[in-house]
Amino acid sequence: MSEATATSGNTALDTKIKTDQIVVNMGPQHPSTHGVLRLMLTLDGETVVDAEVVLGYLHRGFEKLCEEGTYTQNISLTDRLDYFNSMNNNWAYVKAVEMIMGIEVPERAEYLRVIMSELQRLVSHLACTGFYVSDIGAMHTPLLYAFRQREEILDLFEMACGARMTCNYFRIGGVSKDVPDGWIARLKAFLDQLPSKIDELEGLLTGNEILVARSKGVGVMTSEMAINYSITGPCLRATGVQFDLRKDVPYSVYPRLSFNVPTLRNGDVMDRFLLRILEMRECVKIIKQAIEQLPEGEVRTPVPLNLRPPIGEALSRIEGPKGEMGYYVVSDGSIAPYRVHQRPPCFINLGIARELFIGTKVADVVAILASLDPIMGEVDR
Amino acid sequence: MTAIRSLVSPRLDVKSLPQAISESIVRVVESDPPMIYVIPDRLVEVCRSLKETVGLEFDYLIDVTSADYLDQLEVVYHLHSVPRGHALTLKVELDREEASVPSVTGIWRGADFQEREVYDLMGITFTGHPNLKRILLYDEFVGHPLRKDFALPKEDISSQIG
Amino acid sequence: MDVINNIFLIGRQIIATVLGFFLPLPVVDAVIAIISMALVLGFAAVTMMGQVYVERRVLGFMQDRKGPNRVGPFGLLQIIADAIKLLTKEDIMPSRVDRMVFRLAPIVVVATALLIWAVVPLGRGMIIADLNIGILYVISISSVGVLGFLMAGWSSNNKYALLGSMRAAAQMVSYEIPLVLSIIGIIMLTGSLSTVSIVNAQAGLWFVIWQPLGFVIYFISAVAEINRSPFDLVEGESEIVAGYFIEYSGMRFALFYLGEYISAFAMSAIATTLFLGGWQGPILPPYIWFVIKAWAVFIVLIWIRATLPRLRVDQLMGLAWKVLIPLALINIFVTAVVLVPLFQSVAK
Repeated sequence: MSEATATSGNTALDTKIKTDQIVVNMGPQHPSTHGVLRLMLTLDGETVVDAEVVLGYLHRGFEKLCEEGTYTQNISLTDRLDYFNSMNNNWAYVKAVEMIMGIEVPERAEYLRVIMSELQRLVSHLACTGFYVSDIGAMHTPLLYAFRQREEILDLFEMACGARMTCNYFRIGGVSKDVPDGWIARLKAFLDQLPSKIDELEGLLTGNEILVARSKGVGVMTSEMAINYSITGPCLRATGVQFDLRKDVPYSVYPRLSFNVPTLRNGDVMDRFLLRILEMRECVKIIKQAIEQLPEGEVRTPVPLNLRPPIGEALSRIEGPKGEMGYYVVSDGSIAPYRVHQRPPCFINLGIARELFIGTKVADVVAILASLDPIMGEVDR
Repeated sequence: MTAIRSLVSPRLDVKSLPQAISESIVRVVESDPPMIYVIPDRLVEVCRSLKETVGLEFDYLIDVTSADYLDQLEVVYHLHSVPRGHALTLKVELDREEASVPSVTGIWRGADFQEREVYDLMGITFTGHPNLKRILLYDEFVGHPLRKDFALPKEDISSQIG
Repeated sequence: MDVINNIFLIGRQIIATVLGFFLPLPVVDAVIAIISMALVLGFAAVTMMGQVYVERRVLGFMQDRKGPNRVGPFGLLQIIADAIKLLTKEDIMPSRVDRMVFRLAPIVVVATALLIWAVVPLGRGMIIADLNIGILYVISISSVGVLGFLMAGWSSNNKYALLGSMRAAAQMVSYEIPLVLSIIGIIMLTGSLSTVSIVNAQAGLWFVIWQPLGFVIYFISAVAEINRSPFDLVEGESEIVAGYFIEYSGMRFALFYLGEYISAFAMSAIATTLFLGGWQGPILPPYIWFVIKAWAVFIVLIWIRATLPRLRVDQLMGLAWKVLIPLALINIFVTAVVLVPLFQSVAK
C-alpha cells in the first residue's frame, strides 16, 4: 500500500515512489462526527489504511448514576442518552422495571406508548437522513426539509408532555398523563400530509445522481457480518435479515397492528437510508391503526411513589430506531436499582465501523459513519 | 417468507442442551428467557457449541454486561438466535479479586466493544481479547467505577468543589 | 439613449481631454488606466458584498428559512457587520507555521482572482486591457490561483490543510484541461483570443447556441476551478474541516473568502463573455446587460450549492479525465468539421 510504482517506457527511469502514511485525528471536534466521536485514521493519501474509534468524551457515568436515584427518578436520566430517541429510551427502562414488578399497563397507555415510540422513530430517521445528506456536502437543504417534519412531531411531544426532546413521558405503570384535547386531531392532520413529505425526502435521496454515486456500494456489510457484530435495526435489515423485535419478540400491542418489516439486500450506505425511508412509511401505518384502536380509560396503573420492586432482574428488549434497545435492571428490593445497564444500539453498531472504514476514502468514512447513525449521548453514556 | 410468525417467541428447553454444554453448567435458573450459570474456564467451548450446534444457533450476542454482588462478580451474556427466535441468558460467576474470564470475541465480534466496556467500568479481564483497554474512561483513570466499593478519591472531590 | 449607453466612455473621454491640456499623453493614459482599475476593483468589491448577501438570502429561501434579516433593513447591513467583526478579530498565527508563506498565501489568492477582471469587457469598450491573448491570460491567471492554496496548505503545518491543498492541486490541474478544451471551440469560431472580439462575434447568436456542449463542459470545469459545491473538496468542511485555510482566522480568513467570491463572479463574468453574448442585449445599456447575465450565472451557482452534495475525490478525477476531456475533444472535432464552415457562411 505504501509504495506505488511509477511506470515509464524507460526501465532505467523506473522508480519506486515512497509515500508516507499520516495519522489524522478526526474529532473529537469535527463537523461531521455527530458529536464528540474521535476517529484516528491512518491515511495513505486519501485511502484509509487503519482506523481506530476512540470513545468516552461524553461519558457521564449513567449506569453509576442510576444506582443513586430511585426507580422513578432514573426515567429522566434515560431521556438524555439518545436525545433523538427519548421516548424509546423511557420505554425500554420502564419496561424492565415493570417486568421485575409484574405490573400490567392499561391498554390506553400501551397504545399511547406505541404512538409515541413510532413518532420518535420518525424523528430519529428524519434527523439521520437529513444529517447524512449534509454530511456528504449538500449544504443542509435536505436537512432542513427533514427538520420541518421533525419540528411538527416535536410540537406534538410538547403538547403531550411539555418537553420537545427530553420528554420524560413514560412512567412505571403507564404514561405520565393522557394526551390533551385536540392532540389526536392534530396528529391525524400531520399524518395525512406526512407521506407526501416522505416521498419528497426519498426523491432527494434517490433522485440525486451524485448522492447515489457516493452511497451505492460504499460501506457494504453482509448479513453474516452484521449479525456477528451484533448490528441491529435498519443497518441489519438493510443486509436482508428480517429481524425486528416488534415481530420476532412481540411486545406491547404490536401483535394487534399490521405492518411489514421492510428489508433490502445490498447492505451499503444507500440501502441503509432507503430502508429508513421504508420504515417511516410503516410508522405512519402503525400510528394510524393505533389511533383507530385507541381505547378510552386510565393511562396509568397506580404504583407507590417510593417504588420497591421485588428482588429480581430483567432485560427488556424493544425495537428502537437505531436497533435493539434494552435495559438490564437488577433489583435488590430497595428504592434504588442495584444495577442498571443499557444495551446501547449506537455503541454496539459502532463496533463494525473500523472494519467498514479500512480501504475506503476519507470522504466515505463520513458517509459510513452517518449511515450507522451514532448518537454520542448514547454511545458514551 | 416469514409472513406468519407465532405471537409468542419460542422458548428454549434447557434440559435438551447437548452434553458438551450441560456438563459445563453450574446451575440453571428457571426464568424467561432461561438462565444458565457456566464454569468460567469452559465459557468459550460452551459459547462455541451454543452458536454452532444445529437447533440452538445462538448467532446474535445481544449484550454483555456485569454486576457486582460484593462477594462475587457476575458477567452476563444475553444471547438470541435470529433463525430460531429463542433467547438465553448465560452467566459466569467470578472471584472479585482476580476477575478474569475468557473472551468471546472469537465467536461474536460484537463482544469487542462490550467486553472493553465491562473491563473499563467493572475491572474484569477478558483473556484473549485483541485490544483490551479502557473505552469510555480515559487511560489514566484509576479504579473501576461500577464496582460497589468504588469511591472517588477525596482530593478529587475537593478540587471539583473548589 | 446613447449617452446612457456610453456614459462611462464619455466620462473617460472628458477626463482624458481635461488632463490632455496639461499632461503628456502617456501620463494621461496611465491615469486613465489607474482610474479604470480603481473602478473595476470597486465594482468587484461591491459585487462581492452583494454576492455574500444574496447567497445567504437565496440559500435561506431555498432551504425554507429566512437567512440574515436582523442587521439593517432586510439584513442588508449584515455583510458590513461581518466585515467589522472579521477585521477586529485577533490575528492568530499558529506556532510552527512558515510565517512568510502563511502571510503571502491569501494575498496570492485574492490578487489572482482580481487580475482576471483586467480582460473582462464590462460593456462596449469598457475593458481595462484588450489583450489579443485575453483568453489565454484568463486561463494562465486562474492556474496561478492554485499556488495560493498550495502555499496556504503547506505553510499551515496541519494535516487537514495539507490534504486540502493536495486536493486543490490535483483538482485544479485536472480541470484546467477540459476548461481550456471547451473554450477552443469558441476560439475556432471567432479566430481570435481577444475577449472583445469574442463578444463582438456574438452580436447575432450567442455562442451558447453554437457551443452548447462546450458551455456545459466549461461551466462544470469552471465550478471545479473555483472550488464551489459540488466540487468543494478542497474545503470539504464535513471531511477535512476547512481544508487549506483551517488555520486562518480574522482578516486573513476573510481574504480567502473574498478571493473565492471574486473568482466566482469572475468565472460568471467569463462565462457571460464567452457564451452568453457578453454585454450584448436590446434596450438596456450594455453594462446593465452584462451585470444581469453575470448575476444570473452566479445565482445558478448558488442553486447548485443548495442542491448537490460533494463528489468523492476519485469520482472527481474520473469525471474530469473520463468524461469531460473526451467530450471536449468530440466538441472540438464537431466544431472543426461542421460548425466552423456553418458559422462562416452565416457570418457572411
